[in-house]
Amino acid sequence: MDIRRWVRVFVFLLTASPFLFTSSLPQTPQRGEELQTSDNEVGRYGGTLVVGQRTEPKTLNPVTAADAPSREVIGRMMADLIHINRASQQVEASLAKSWTVSRDGRAFTLKLRRGLRFSDGQPFDADDVLFTFQVYLDEKVHSPQRDLLIVGGKPLEVQKVDSYTVRFTLAQPYAAAERIFDSLAILPRHLLEKPYHEGKFAQVWNVSTSPAEICGLGPFRLKEYVAGQRMVLERNPYFWKVDQKKNRLPYLDQVAFLFVGNEDAQVIRFQAGDTDLISRLNSENYNLLAKERQNQSYKLFDLGPSLEYNFLMFNLNDLKPGLDQIAEKQKWFSDLRFRQAISAAIDREGIVKLVYGTLAVALWGNVSPSNRLWVDQTLPHPARSVERARELLKSAGFSWRNDGQLLDVKGKAVEFSIITSSSNNQRSKMATIIQDDLSKLGMDVHVVPLEFRAVLDRVFQTYDYEAAVMGLGGGDADPNPEMNVWLSSGGTHLWHLGEAKPATEWEGQIDQLMKKQMVELKYSRRKRLYDQVQQIIAANLPYIFLATPDILVGAKKNLANFKPAILEPSALWNVEQLFFRQETVAGASR
Amino acid sequence: MISKKLIIAIIFLLLLQSAIVFAGFVAPYDAALQNRDLPFVPPARIHFVDARGHWHLRPFIYQWVPLPQSIYEYQESREREYPIYFFVRASEPMNAGVRTQIHLFGVEAPAQIFLAGSDSYGRDQFSRILFGGRISLGAGLLAAGISLLLGLLLGAVSGFHGKWVDEPVMRLAELFLVLPWLYLLLAVRAFLPLHISPAQTFFLLVAVIGTIGWARPARLIRGIVLSAKSRNYVLASRGFGASSGYVLRRHVLPHTYGVLLTQAALLIPQYVIAEVTLSFLGLGLSEPMPSWGNLLANLQQYSVLVSYWWMFAPALALILVSLGYFTVANAIQERLQSASA
Repeated sequence: MDIRRWVRVFVFLLTASPFLFTSSLPQTPQRGEELQTSDNEVGRYGGTLVVGQRTEPKTLNPVTAADAPSREVIGRMMADLIHINRASQQVEASLAKSWTVSRDGRAFTLKLRRGLRFSDGQPFDADDVLFTFQVYLDEKVHSPQRDLLIVGGKPLEVQKVDSYTVRFTLAQPYAAAERIFDSLAILPRHLLEKPYHEGKFAQVWNVSTSPAEICGLGPFRLKEYVAGQRMVLERNPYFWKVDQKKNRLPYLDQVAFLFVGNEDAQVIRFQAGDTDLISRLNSENYNLLAKERQNQSYKLFDLGPSLEYNFLMFNLNDLKPGLDQIAEKQKWFSDLRFRQAISAAIDREGIVKLVYGTLAVALWGNVSPSNRLWVDQTLPHPARSVERARELLKSAGFSWRNDGQLLDVKGKAVEFSIITSSSNNQRSKMATIIQDDLSKLGMDVHVVPLEFRAVLDRVFQTYDYEAAVMGLGGGDADPNPEMNVWLSSGGTHLWHLGEAKPATEWEGQIDQLMKKQMVELKYSRRKRLYDQVQQIIAANLPYIFLATPDILVGAKKNLANFKPAILEPSALWNVEQLFFRQETVAGASR
Repeated sequence: MISKKLIIAIIFLLLLQSAIVFAGFVAPYDAALQNRDLPFVPPARIHFVDARGHWHLRPFIYQWVPLPQSIYEYQESREREYPIYFFVRASEPMNAGVRTQIHLFGVEAPAQIFLAGSDSYGRDQFSRILFGGRISLGAGLLAAGISLLLGLLLGAVSGFHGKWVDEPVMRLAELFLVLPWLYLLLAVRAFLPLHISPAQTFFLLVAVIGTIGWARPARLIRGIVLSAKSRNYVLASRGFGASSGYVLRRHVLPHTYGVLLTQAALLIPQYVIAEVTLSFLGLGLSEPMPSWGNLLANLQQYSVLVSYWWMFAPALALILVSLGYFTVANAIQERLQSASA
């Protein structure tokens, strides 16, 4: 054979090798393995799912990861005890095949699946669960999820009943307590116990850890990481789910995350067919992709409004000395009529149209209309009215100069600035629209786009700002994760952080209602309490709610079982069920 | 002999700059006026023939209406023609009151004439280019003025006095020349407070851009002053007892005017681009104040870049202005060389 041909074969193997050789063929189900049968359409094995990511994951440690890209990758390699089904938004069995709740609602007994193996082939049992919770609850580890596991001021207690039964005890009854188990990755004790006891847990499983030292119970395991380029996951051959024909999931051989840099690059790569799916699209890019009608190798999904809420808020914090100018302006901000006037003057429909190209809904409360279980439908949606805003300002003692400038009681011109994150085009745009709306009331408003970290620093640390456009929410449909936003002592109680006791009467009421709903186990009673919270918030406007954008995703047409959901991760939550209908040419050549 | 190119360039620059100075009159709308139903409207098409095939002496436009079931797509509504009138009186909503202003041209409400299309807030891009030119060109002119003044002062002093003044000034100039100015501008801007009024931002920009560029003109002027001060007539005038100030004013500085003019024509577009760069990177004036850099910053979004070609209009203005000034600089340079030859 001539040499050139050999060279060609060699070059081909060299370039294609990361995608060609996969040793991780699915293991045939063994007797004694308690597998979960998933009711998806039966698929075919093979293929690599390529996903474009804006930034690289910072770590692969599921306990300490806080950034979205890390969590997106780690989530594919890990599994939890009880899981929130992203499509139905209800809890379902995961590593725990069943659970019982004691009558007082405080003790949870979980039965674990038997015969499961970690992705490195080592068996899984209750000791792994105990170890996992020991790590999550360890203050020295600084897990962002730790707060969720503290109920009634005490960490939840974990007890091993037998090798496949675990009991969790809470200090007080806790509504929807099963939901706290979602996304808490169960760790392999055999790999991590030693570094944990040596106090090196924070350093384990960083991005440069060798794939052999990382394992989990999720559908995929780490195969390779090329800094600045990609992270490739391969099938976990021991994954504990099968389809109706007893084929072990997942169907895909590999999932490759390409690091493309930014949102626009994500869109360009998807448009070119380099990547197979795209989530968190903004409306402009969605329109752009929708317009390209000649090349429809992909389909697009508009899932309706997300659970995120964007809002304008004023700085009502107790200021540190040196911020007298802001303190002066807080006299306006703390006047409810001033906030009501601003809320009345803001053109929310304009925001929906200009910022989101109509792919959003206007908001008047903290719960998105797509959260049907919890939204208070009776909340009023007052139409925009500049006249009403002017009346409110007049009744609060404001007046207007001859040139139209608004003056406060002391004759000082009303002027303030709104900070936003410069990397979030949508929020900057909202601020610009608000600025224009408020100029009609004679307010002189400046928009100051800042780097995202600078915004966080001002909002959380220095309190050196007057107003801000921000967004929150989006995690779960249940009210409990929102506790830290609405409790006056909460860490995300942004308009007034670190209140020792409620600063106003209505904040005290919210505190009581939120605490009550947390220990109330019956949905209808919880709903009534949370409705009251929503009404108090809407009446007192600590945040002036603006809009919630639609969740927009796209995927290749031949990607089957693709069922994007409103909850994060909206596109990859059922990655084990995804498969390609036919072997695409592009897929083979990669 | 003045070249045709030079005349065209000068006329163009005069026209454009007077349009920018009188933007309140030439621009049909206020730069910040939003039309929330009309984001990304394409530029107005000016017609002479209507839908029925009739000729009109007065040009007219059709109104753009959004296409149903689509986002940011428009078609012309042929129902009614809107003739373009000149010297129209329009009342504009101010903060609270209304102000009346005469505009060069306009159409009857409810139609609007967007000569260069509209932006993402439905603001008239043509008006924004004119008002934005005030910032961008104004910054360029002022900053060039500062640079030349500094350059003339330091260059003349160091060339005329020589030795102990000359050395430090020229070493300082070299230091300024090797500075990577863009990064320096970024660093300087980042140090400044963010909560400052638009006027303050503008003058800060001008001051920063202007002071950074003094070195090149200073070196050129120093060279000319050096060669001029050793000419025979200068020595003669010294011999008659003329003071340094008199010699400098009367015999030396006139030699530098040509260089100053060329430098001005070169520096102005350069500084306009500097302002545009800073605003483009978000370090200039903030919304809703327009500047060419702000306007171009829209193109940082991929979807805008590929979908709405009229958003490139400010770039065209920038290119034409730069070409105009460079043509002028070239012509002056040629005249200087032919005069000295």
